[in-house]
Amino acid sequence: MKAQSVAAYLLPVGCLVAGCSDAQSVLNPHGAEAESIALLFWITAIGGALIWLAVVGALIYAGRRHRKPYSQASAARLVLWAGAVVPSILLAVLLGYALALIPDLRPLAASADDDRLHIEVIGEQFWWRVIYHPPDGQPVVSANEVRLPVGERVTFSLKSTDVIHSFWIPPLGGKMDMIPGRTNTFSLKATKAGIFRSPCTEFCGPSHALMAFTAVAMKPGRFDRWLANEGKEAVNGKPGLKPFLANGCGACHAIRGTEADGAVGPDLTHLASRKTLAAGSLPNTEDAIARFIAEPDEVKPGVRMPAFGMLPQDEIDAIAAYLARLE
Amino acid sequence: MSAADMHEDNTRKAQEERLRAAWMAPRGWRYFTAVNNTRVGLWYIVTAFTFMLFAGVLALLMRVQLAVPNNSFLSADFFNQTFTLHGTVMMFLFAVPIFEAVAITVLPQMLGARDLPFPRLSAFGYWSFALGGVFVCGSIFFGAAPDTGWFMYPPLATDPEYSGIGADIWLLGLSFIEVASIAAAVELIVGFLKCRPPGMRINLTPLYGWYVLVVAGMILFAFPPLIAGDILFELERMFDWPFFDPERGGDPLLWQHLFWIFGHPEVYIIFLPAIALLAMIVPTFAQHPIVGYSWIVLAAVGTGFLSFGLWVHHMFTTGLPSISLGFFSAASEAVAIPTGVQIFVFLATLLAGRVVFSVPMLFAAGALAIFVIGGLTGVMVALAPFDWQAHDTYFVVAHLHYTLIGGMLFPTFAGLYYFYPVMRGRMLSARLGKTGFWLMFVGFNVAFFPMHIAGLRGMPRRVFTYPDEIGFNVLNLVSTIGAFVFASGVLVVIWAIARPKRNEPYAGRNPWNAGTLEWLIEMPGEDWGVRSVPIIESRYPLWDQKNLMRDVDAGRFYLADAAEGRRETLVTSVLDGDPVQCLRLPGPAYVTILAAFSLGGVFIFLTYHWWIAALVSGAICAVCILYWLWTGTAEIPEKREKNVGLGLTLPLYVSGPRSVGWWAMFITMVGDGTALASLIFGYFFYWTVHRGFIAAAAGPGAFWPIVGIALFAATWGAMLGALAANTRGSASGQRLLLILSLLMAVLGSLAGLAGPWTHAMTPSSHAYPAIVWTLVIWVAVHGAVGAVMQGYCLARSLAGRLTRDHDIDLRNVVLYWHFMLVSAVLTFVVVGLFPLAL
Repeated sequence: MKAQSVAAYLLPVGCLVAGCSDAQSVLNPHGAEAESIALLFWITAIGGALIWLAVVGALIYAGRRHRKPYSQASAARLVLWAGAVVPSILLAVLLGYALALIPDLRPLAASADDDRLHIEVIGEQFWWRVIYHPPDGQPVVSANEVRLPVGERVTFSLKSTDVIHSFWIPPLGGKMDMIPGRTNTFSLKATKAGIFRSPCTEFCGPSHALMAFTAVAMKPGRFDRWLANEGKEAVNGKPGLKPFLANGCGACHAIRGTEADGAVGPDLTHLASRKTLAAGSLPNTEDAIARFIAEPDEVKPGVRMPAFGMLPQDEIDAIAAYLARLE
Repeated sequence: MSAADMHEDNTRKAQEERLRAAWMAPRGWRYFTAVNNTRVGLWYIVTAFTFMLFAGVLALLMRVQLAVPNNSFLSADFFNQTFTLHGTVMMFLFAVPIFEAVAITVLPQMLGARDLPFPRLSAFGYWSFALGGVFVCGSIFFGAAPDTGWFMYPPLATDPEYSGIGADIWLLGLSFIEVASIAAAVELIVGFLKCRPPGMRINLTPLYGWYVLVVAGMILFAFPPLIAGDILFELERMFDWPFFDPERGGDPLLWQHLFWIFGHPEVYIIFLPAIALLAMIVPTFAQHPIVGYSWIVLAAVGTGFLSFGLWVHHMFTTGLPSISLGFFSAASEAVAIPTGVQIFVFLATLLAGRVVFSVPMLFAAGALAIFVIGGLTGVMVALAPFDWQAHDTYFVVAHLHYTLIGGMLFPTFAGLYYFYPVMRGRMLSARLGKTGFWLMFVGFNVAFFPMHIAGLRGMPRRVFTYPDEIGFNVLNLVSTIGAFVFASGVLVVIWAIARPKRNEPYAGRNPWNAGTLEWLIEMPGEDWGVRSVPIIESRYPLWDQKNLMRDVDAGRFYLADAAEGRRETLVTSVLDGDPVQCLRLPGPAYVTILAAFSLGGVFIFLTYHWWIAALVSGAICAVCILYWLWTGTAEIPEKREKNVGLGLTLPLYVSGPRSVGWWAMFITMVGDGTALASLIFGYFFYWTVHRGFIAAAAGPGAFWPIVGIALFAATWGAMLGALAANTRGSASGQRLLLILSLLMAVLGSLAGLAGPWTHAMTPSSHAYPAIVWTLVIWVAVHGAVGAVMQGYCLARSLAGRLTRDHDIDLRNVVLYWHFMLVSAVLTFVVVGLFPLAL
């Protein structure tokens, strides 16, 4: 606990300060809540580091051979002031500061019937059903990707159909659990555009580690255009649709504008416009789609989708090619 | 040597022979029937460490899997079993039991007692723990380990398809171990309160004793909510009673509340005993009495109380209202204050003295350096907004390991190094200790510090793998390397402890120059513990009381002899430490092992739904316990009183509040009442969360619950009558009233069951009938146990083992019925009358 190990502590912290910014980081804030909390983190982390140095310094000093022992009275004063009075004051101030953030970060009024954009996200093993409810207009069903306009507060209502999941976009703000039988409502406000990875954060089964979605904060105009496109039906007529329907894929998956209207698995209407496949576990490429059709359980243990590896390869490829073009 | 000296010498030798014969632990193939605290404590420590090493290997497997992204060293399924078992074993099979293990080993020595008041109960607890632990750990070798994380959240953990038999192994295996913990808590509380040496007033007790009292008290209030939760959980899994199924009126959050009402105090149940070890070690190595004795005692008690008001900070992301977040944030910050006081008491003591940096002190200093980081990150995650980000990420993984390893593992190693001479008579190698310490200290920080950063970068906990290119790779690789360095340090220390030392000399008496009574022990220690039980006038008697060791060795104090060849120890009054009884303790026995194994059989057979085997095993267990009580307790002595030395004559038989058995019953029933209160909490939780919960199905009506109250009140009245009759000397009146009360207890239990039965309440249809049935079954089972106790008293009376002057059994059973009456009235008012008030 001498100087070297202190340096060892500071090195990775320094890397953070230097901004190893990444898509899933709390310290890479792009939203109002994440900004306040990142500031809170830095205040407490630096304060904590100073306190730790003081305590360990006192410990090392106490271990020195040639020093005058404290008198009983001054030792008792140390317990009173450093052990009780000062910590109480510091904690009270810190608590007041942190609790005062809550009304702004999580306004009580957040509810599903205000006039904001409202996004319903339903956690299912191991993917996300996403339904956009614009204040004026029809609901738009999507999956495994959450887009939201920068500068607007967006209300999320979070549900689950099977086990507990947790919804978290680290660069935008804190998490909120999705609990069967309950609807949790909260709101987030993106302040900068960006693309983020959002992992499920409540252990939900074998593929918990492979359950993530992409969050995209976009300029409001671009968001509106994207949402308008997302609400449209799929462009029809590619050759892969036929094997898709013939092999019963439509029993679970919907592709609006076709006969496929299943509601069990993710909506695939605009699959090709998403950044990732299979809830963040594969890159969204034609090959990856083909692989997932053939052996979903190899990619995601415990996944609900049955494997279709028994289909002829050319049918799998045709379906994959079709899906990879559903912009 | 003069003739007088010769005579004294011979007397002393003869006394020692008799003491040795009385206290000798069995050898050879009867070795494991021993009940001496020194033996049971040693087995306990070795077993807990074995489980720790097992869970440590699991941790290393996880670190290998996570060393690089997209690794396939472990399958997702096996990884999930690994982290669940790692957490479960470390918490339930190492951290809590090691407290019990060390306390059973050193507390009697610290109190100058020859043993704890219920040696067979300690042995029973040990065997339960060992069997349950092997059962839970073994499951992973059959791919059947629990795999939903150590807090077992439903509905994932109630899903029969997903978790298979693993969840049952967790629930039943650990319920069994919880029984062992509660047994140890009862033992330790009574030991601390009633088995101190004469003159050791409550404000002179060693700090370790205070911590034992606080922690054992916390176990008593914290484990029952988990047991209640386990009961609900297992009823859902076995019989489809929908306590956590939202479709049928249940709620998954009820489990989270019950689990964390247990789970947060649990953290302090682990932490405080370790601090207690530091509270003994620090004054010794500062060669200065603790500064602020009353501060640290108050801080320990305060931590214990506050720890029950923090549980919701594990649930900050479940969508609770802001007011709850604020309240529980504030409470969670508040607990940092007593913790800070304890740390500064240690610092102040070190500053007031002159520090000797031996291995125990090195581990203690390392513990503080690590724990303070864990405490500070604890202050951070206690702030609800920061927790929204940090919750369920590697930041929390780092935080909890800093608190547990700094606040528990390092102090425990310090304690083992410190107390090893007390246990085995030899010192441990300082060289190995220092090497082990530095490997552990550096390895630990290299392994766990980067996890803070991984968490802040968004790495969730409980992931079996992670993608490349999101900034986790280097951090995880460093953590894995650190974990192996840390493990090598642990192995060095284990080697220092376990390596053969036959050829090494024994340590000198009191090798660290400590001030407390456990260092009176000879090297190597005798089975009798302390040669004679001294009179205490100071907190550090070996420092302050002149010639104490010489006088103790010479047998100049109490109980220097075992004239009747029996194991005896002193019982003193709770506050002032005035001697009140010479307590005779039972010796080695098979029945405790048999009782533990047959009770284990009940839990294990239930896991596999082997109902008949479970029933048979339960019957065997009941017979064992009755035999154990009949032969080993409330023995009528051959004489009323005994001269214990220094002209003091003490009774050999006392009953009521002066006896240790009465206190044990009282303490057990407090824990039992807490479990019932937790079930009733569940009832009202549903009622507040779900509108129309009680109207959802037909209730049990008011008639049968009122009949139940009347019958149990009559039972209680008849028990009071039986005690009064016995005290008057009317054996026939006492027996008649016992028979009457037994009948009414049975009828009262049946009346309770008649409520939901006559209203055709189907427990699998909805959570409301399910919780009503659970409550009335709880009362009925307790009524039945009470009836068995009444029958036992009747049999004892007929056998002449319960008389007017020897009424321990009857008084303890009356005490049971005081609690039983409260339980029954409360339950029947809730299920029968409360719905009428709506």
